[in-house]
Amino acid sequence: MDQALDITLTVNGAQVTRRVAACTHLVDFLREELGLTGSHLGCEHGVCGACTVRVDGEIVRGCLMLAVQANGCKVETIEGLSDSGELAALQKAFHGRNALQCGFCTPGMLLAARDLLRQNPRPDREQIRAHISGNYCRCTGYQAIVDAIEDVVHGQG
Amino acid sequence: MKAPSFAYARPRALAEALELLARHGEAARVLAGGQSLIPSLNMRLSAPALLVDINGLAELKGIKAGKDTIRIGALTTHTEIERSEAVRQHLPLLAEAVRHVAHPAIRNRGTIGGSLALADPAAEYPACVLALDATLVVTGGKGDRSVKAADFFKGLFETALRPGELLAAVEFRMPGKDERSAFFELARRHGDYAIVGLAAFAGNGTKRFAYFGAADRAVLAHNAAKAKDLDSAKTALAKDLRPPADLYHSSETKLHLARVLLERAWTRL
Repeated sequence: MDQALDITLTVNGAQVTRRVAACTHLVDFLREELGLTGSHLGCEHGVCGACTVRVDGEIVRGCLMLAVQANGCKVETIEGLSDSGELAALQKAFHGRNALQCGFCTPGMLLAARDLLRQNPRPDREQIRAHISGNYCRCTGYQAIVDAIEDVVHGQG
Repeated sequence: MKAPSFAYARPRALAEALELLARHGEAARVLAGGQSLIPSLNMRLSAPALLVDINGLAELKGIKAGKDTIRIGALTTHTEIERSEAVRQHLPLLAEAVRHVAHPAIRNRGTIGGSLALADPAAEYPACVLALDATLVVTGGKGDRSVKAADFFKGLFETALRPGELLAAVEFRMPGKDERSAFFELARRHGDYAIVGLAAFAGNGTKRFAYFGAADRAVLAHNAAKAKDLDSAKTALAKDLRPPADLYHSSETKLHLARVLLERAWTRL
């Protein structure tokens, strides 16, 4: 039996209320219902990390959380975090280091990197690698991504 | 893929959750952190009629250190365990293990109760509760009951949980002064499920070696634990484990790797 529920949540600072099917996951809701297509849907079973979004201050897999579970939550996506300037240094460093090619993984990668720097402003390369280990990139081989995050750590981003 | 349709309930009290589970029986599934259940829904490996989301049940959350025991509520997330000073201080094995559980974004939602109740044979916590001889607190319509970790895991994704029951918490004894532990895991990528892993304990004149990724469930290597020295322990391990091969590793390779981990643990304990 399908069931629709009314949810109210804050997305990138704006309050939204919508009726959603119980089985809709958060990223489909953000993309299809709100038109926020920056969070990408890759594997849809929690392996690739392309759908990473921030919920109540912590990064989560957007495909492994139901939209109804975000009721009352504060959701932040690549769109909101780009507009606020919070990711500016990382974005500049990713650009400077060629840390993306197709760009599919980039929104999730930026959110994971920012999450690390918020918890630990001086990570070493091993800690950077461990923190982005849940985010697949099929273009760069990761080296340039780690370099870019390191640039920000050293204030060169 | 997309999940099939289902109904959703978010009870506000434990009694309400248990009533829903009793009423809907096998048609209902408990949604804790959802980091294993939602992938299985998205891949249509599971199609429950109703999800009972227990995330609103505050009594299932949190870490409480008492005089003799430390109790971790079933809904406590991996991240909360990772950041807990009480866990670092009293349960160093768990503090080591949690760093191997998936990735930060998954650790923020996945729960210890969900992992134990799912009983994935390659997951970290089942081996930890076996090694530390923990007690699982199960709640149901008839009240609470306690199940020793050694009696909880029954087979592949099978536990001692009966229909209509929920895992409420896991309780660990406060460790004594001479108790030691060690945790090792081999995986192809940091955070992936283990090829093989070992949670090891020594104290009070006993050793416990709990393996994961080496059988249909987490298992204690009883013969290896009784051995007098490392060489005989490594030999005895063949009596404890007959690991099933996976896509990349034969049974022999896994047994070899299990011996490698046994040696590392033996040296550290």
